[in-house]
Amino acid sequence: MERKFFLKTVALTGVAATLKMVDGFELLAQSTKATAVSGGYDLVAVMGGEPDIMFRRAIAEMGGIGKYVKPGNKVTIKPNIGWDRVPELAANTNPVLVSEIVKQCLKAGAKEVIVFDHTCDDWRMCYKNSGIEDAVIAAGGKIIPGHDESYYREVNLPHAVNLKTAKIHQAILDSDVWINVPILKNHGGAKMSISMKNLMGIVWDRRYFHSHNLQQCIADCSTLDKKPVLNVVDAYRLLKSNGPQGKTEADVVISKGLFISTDIVAVDTAATKFFNQVSEMPLESVEYIGKAEALKLGTTQLDKLNVKRIKI
Amino acid sequence: MKKLRIAISLILFSAITCYFLDFAEILPNRFHVLAQVQLIPALIALNVIVVLFIFLLTLFFGRIYCSSLCPLGILQDITDLVAKRFHRKKKYPHFKEQKILRWAIVAVVIAAFIFGIHIVLNLLDPYSVFGRIATNIFKPVYLTGNNLIAAVGNHYNNYRFYQADIFIASVSSLVIAAVSFAVIIFLSYRYGRLYCNTICPVGTILGFIAKFSFFKIKIGGKGCNSCGLCEMKCKSSCIDAKTKEIDYSRCVTCFNCMEVCKKDALSYQFLPLSSGKKSETGAQGEVIDETKRKFISASVLLGVTTLQNVFGRKGKDSTDNIKEIFTSHNVAFKKIHPITPPGSVDVKRFNDSCTACQLCVNKCPSQVLQPTFTEYGIIGMLQPALSFKHGYCNYHCTVCSEICPTKAIVEISKKEKNTLQIGQVKFIKENCVVVTDGTNCGACSEHCPTQAVSMQPYKGDLNIPTIINELCVGCGGCEYICPVRPYRAIYVEGNPIHLQAKVTEEKENKKIKVDDFGF
Repeated sequence: MERKFFLKTVALTGVAATLKMVDGFELLAQSTKATAVSGGYDLVAVMGGEPDIMFRRAIAEMGGIGKYVKPGNKVTIKPNIGWDRVPELAANTNPVLVSEIVKQCLKAGAKEVIVFDHTCDDWRMCYKNSGIEDAVIAAGGKIIPGHDESYYREVNLPHAVNLKTAKIHQAILDSDVWINVPILKNHGGAKMSISMKNLMGIVWDRRYFHSHNLQQCIADCSTLDKKPVLNVVDAYRLLKSNGPQGKTEADVVISKGLFISTDIVAVDTAATKFFNQVSEMPLESVEYIGKAEALKLGTTQLDKLNVKRIKI
Repeated sequence: MKKLRIAISLILFSAITCYFLDFAEILPNRFHVLAQVQLIPALIALNVIVVLFIFLLTLFFGRIYCSSLCPLGILQDITDLVAKRFHRKKKYPHFKEQKILRWAIVAVVIAAFIFGIHIVLNLLDPYSVFGRIATNIFKPVYLTGNNLIAAVGNHYNNYRFYQADIFIASVSSLVIAAVSFAVIIFLSYRYGRLYCNTICPVGTILGFIAKFSFFKIKIGGKGCNSCGLCEMKCKSSCIDAKTKEIDYSRCVTCFNCMEVCKKDALSYQFLPLSSGKKSETGAQGEVIDETKRKFISASVLLGVTTLQNVFGRKGKDSTDNIKEIFTSHNVAFKKIHPITPPGSVDVKRFNDSCTACQLCVNKCPSQVLQPTFTEYGIIGMLQPALSFKHGYCNYHCTVCSEICPTKAIVEISKKEKNTLQIGQVKFIKENCVVVTDGTNCGACSEHCPTQAVSMQPYKGDLNIPTIINELCVGCGGCEYICPVRPYRAIYVEGNPIHLQAKVTEEKENKKIKVDDFGF
């Protein structure tokens, strides 16, 4: 009996190893990288509603989710689930928002919707206590782990300055499209944690960022060929101080905002300016935004964009 | 009887083994009662109910504990079972009880324990030996299996199983567990329950009670023709078929003899007063033993005190020698005190109560509890301390305190945990990338749940870590994530006595209203 089981396991492993060699699919997937979606608005900002309602309004103005997610697509959603904190403490993306995005993707015909993060605190506790695991499962999505190096594959970042290679989570690399869903937070090291900073959670070795000029590495990481089709910034609650983890609810401001754009630099610029109203944060001090603009990843000139502002 | 014994043993053994191996937290923590009902942990935890239960159980029915509750005992029976597969005609020869050796071991263990050298007990306590075998030998095998299944599953987009991190946390712990495992397997393969009957201090003490147990196996019933089959099949080597005597101090009530006897000449009976013919000769023997015992204990005491003086408590002397070696710009540091688990109150108390069963090491979700080598000195070898190599202590987690069978880690609430200071943060500015590279970092502050490490303005737009020790809980998040090598710029020094962290007064949550987009 045991012997049989052992043989079976060996055989299955063999099969798996062989299949892993055939990585041709990866190349195919990469060549269908996000092409700039034209038409409609460049950036939509919504205020005053619940997270799901704001997202529905915003995505409608952006041309509908069907513009970004095609039927049969494998979609990956990357929220910030970095900390073992409840939603009220604004350390993680709002679960209601994540749930709404999962539902919309499925409605648009997505084959499957995967959610993950490379968490800082223990991943099981983060997934559970952030409310995101339950929300994703209830919405019909799938949440997968990101705590082990074996889930990451090395990718070259030829346009980067410092971060020339990085190990990226396979859920990003193997997806047809992926959506970046950060939460707006103050950050002790990076000054702000928004869309670009959220990309640290798709990378295996985050210590490298910290020891090789954090600001440059954050900008570098966004040069990844496979860009998110959408960046949705959750500013329903923002963390004004003691970020990115926060201590108490005194660090949280219920700001009821949401920003959405295909331009990662523009959306971070808009979110920083929004944050600046609560706590002083000049755009220049968030160095990675300027560095990303220099790498031609987007623009900080919001007045040159077609911006839609909605108050609910 | 035998079948019932085997059924109970296998259920309990599987349960405790699975609990040790279960990294995915599938089994509820209530399973830790299986560890609590072990004799040595119960004695150390002063768990009167359990101790009384085990003693009474033994007094009534003999060494049922050794047969069905002790995981190490059952492990030996499993080996024995395998041995029988290979040698169908396996015989266990009868031999005399090694009384002096048995009691000498008990004396040494007790004496060493009184003098604070717990390593002797920790190395021999059957439950802790099993715990270390499960942790260091079984678990890596189990995890490898899990990871193979996970690799296959994950490839097919199934994440029911996930990858687990396998690493050797402590070579010494692995070596000692491997040696214990090898010895146990060898002894049980060749000699059945030799460990239990000659070395194990729990076996000796329970054996002493079992001599007077109410229910006993009686040999020499009507049909007995002294064929010697029972003697041959007795894994405890305690039956003398010629004289028709059973040494009840060694009998683990496995009922194998009853099962094997073709004449039904053995029976489990209510025999409250007789302790066999042996008791008469035994009585004389014990008188002699008494003096011997005294001699042994006296000499052991002497030996132990000398040992204690030689080893001493490591750490005390080295308190003043903070070694700081300068290598280029990276400043070296040496930790003085190991960090004991939250709930252990102080190092001394912890060292005195922990039997190094490593249950907490298995159950720590952050893998921050790891067995030590000499951090506590030789006397505390194998006892766990916090190591921030693979993780840091979760701010809200109290698992180790809930499951510790010896109460070396006392149960604490989540609220208590949030203000319990097990160590204090130390910052070496010269090593920090903000200073050496002139770039932002803040990884330490990012991971600090209490903002004992916060980022304060430095040069230009740079922020630098600033520490407030009163706020620190010693979780080690900062040390874990600090990217500087070989020596980090921030680390946690253990508190020999745990303290209270200060709680910052919660600033009034001013209702900040945001009315505009700001762009």
